[in-house]
Amino acid sequence: MSMKIEHLNYIYGQGTAYEKKALKDINLEIPNGQFIGIIGHTGSGKSTLIQHLNGLIKATGGVIYDNGRNIYEEGYSMKDLRSRVGLVFQYPEYQLFETDVLADVCFGPKNLGLSREEAEARAYAALKQVGLKEKHYKKSPFELSGGQKRRVAIAGILAMEPEVLILDEPTAGLDPRGRDDILDQIAKLHKERGITVILVSHSMEDVAKYVERIIVMDEGSVRFDGAPREVFEHYRELESIGLAAPQVTYLMQELKKKGMDVDVTATTVEEAKQSILECMRA
Amino acid sequence: MIRDITIGQYYPANSVIHKLDPRTKLVGTILFILSLFLFKSFAAYAVATLFLAGVIWASRVPFKFMVKGLKAVMILLMITVLFNLFVIPGTPIFHIWKLTVTVEGVKTAVFMAIRLVYLIIGSSVMTLTTTPNELTDGMEKGLRPLNKIHVPVHEVAMMMSIALRFIPILLEETDKIMKAQMARGADFESGGIIQKAKSMVPLLVPLFISAFRRANDLAMAMEARGYHGGEGRTKMRPLQYHRQDRIAYLTMIGYLCVMYAAKRIVGI
Repeated sequence: MSMKIEHLNYIYGQGTAYEKKALKDINLEIPNGQFIGIIGHTGSGKSTLIQHLNGLIKATGGVIYDNGRNIYEEGYSMKDLRSRVGLVFQYPEYQLFETDVLADVCFGPKNLGLSREEAEARAYAALKQVGLKEKHYKKSPFELSGGQKRRVAIAGILAMEPEVLILDEPTAGLDPRGRDDILDQIAKLHKERGITVILVSHSMEDVAKYVERIIVMDEGSVRFDGAPREVFEHYRELESIGLAAPQVTYLMQELKKKGMDVDVTATTVEEAKQSILECMRA
Repeated sequence: MIRDITIGQYYPANSVIHKLDPRTKLVGTILFILSLFLFKSFAAYAVATLFLAGVIWASRVPFKFMVKGLKAVMILLMITVLFNLFVIPGTPIFHIWKLTVTVEGVKTAVFMAIRLVYLIIGSSVMTLTTTPNELTDGMEKGLRPLNKIHVPVHEVAMMMSIALRFIPILLEETDKIMKAQMARGADFESGGIIQKAKSMVPLLVPLFISAFRRANDLAMAMEARGYHGGEGRTKMRPLQYHRQDRIAYLTMIGYLCVMYAAKRIVGI
């Protein structure tokens, strides 16, 4: 599914003394199948933005189109939207509640009205996709480690088979290995299922390695929107809003200053390595 | 939404009443409520009205905030008034169907209504001008003598302030979990009572777990900073009576005397 956001505005606590503009005139197009990273500092409005995409927050102004249909128009089913736009919240393991892992993952599919068998089949598939070993399926979710709980929670959304998967800081609080595992699995999912994936993060390194498009948020507005190499060219501006480009960008810029003719738009270590090697050979 | 529920809805302002020691306000409120019950006469209530109006004016809190508290007890107030109106025997005024309204009934009903309304407005003045933390501090210090008979005053006060501190956090948490489960297709609105109660499970289980986790973390953090209960513990801002508190106490005594006099002299 493709989504389009037009002139989206959101004001927290409208009409009270604590009024705060969280989103200011957001315009975005999200075509089918893209792998998008949304980055921004704490309080930049990224979490607020993604909650609009599945209708959990209603905009105070502007329109969101789902395949060309206004989601705020009369008769539009938010429940249907939520089944197609899967949103994994920050620290999703805190929403687990069932007696065993499998039952918890079945919660979403069952809410979609699927039969027990179908729901379980989907749950098995989803748990497999996030790489959780089968011996854990009948355990209580509270016996698992932090990283395993996170996988169960993500599987809970995957089992609903959404067309758009949004993850809010899926790697927060995980160790480097757990982080890489989860991000690799998400990337694999994007490739295999061809679904749209939106990854919200404040880590440029994470985002740069996987996504094909980066949206930079700052104080409720979209600051940059483009391919990683385009966005990281503005690394000075990114610093001024409290973000940073990946470390390789800095390295390449320094090398260029020292007189080496390297590609400063390299965004991953692999690309940087290639570029430096080429430069040395020449 | 759930955020509208406020306990101890503090209204920040810079007034004489706000600056009073919380103990003064606690004692004052209790005395005011007692005066309403001790001096049952219209003249005394006229004095109470003037006094209350004066305090509200001095507190600089808009009057509509005081009335907010009344909405919650409106039904209770109606029932009390109606019961008193019809049930109390005495000189009949008129009859409706099998019910008789008496002079005594009207009088008691009016007294009852005034008392209840003033009681709520009076305590609203206190909660609106005192932060919950000040209030527990005041209670802790005011009730300290009870320590002698082994009442754990400090511990109770600490529990109260922690509980108050956690209300907004747990509300936020509820909101978050609710949204997370809604993203998984949970429906908290439709269905009958049983269906609704069942739909609360995905909300309550994570909420309880998170409350316990937070309590555990907090206990650990407090112990790590050397907390060991109230013994020998000092305050960052010790409560101290000032000149305005003495004036307030004198005003209270003056008020009580006038109330007494009004009842004795005017007598209705």
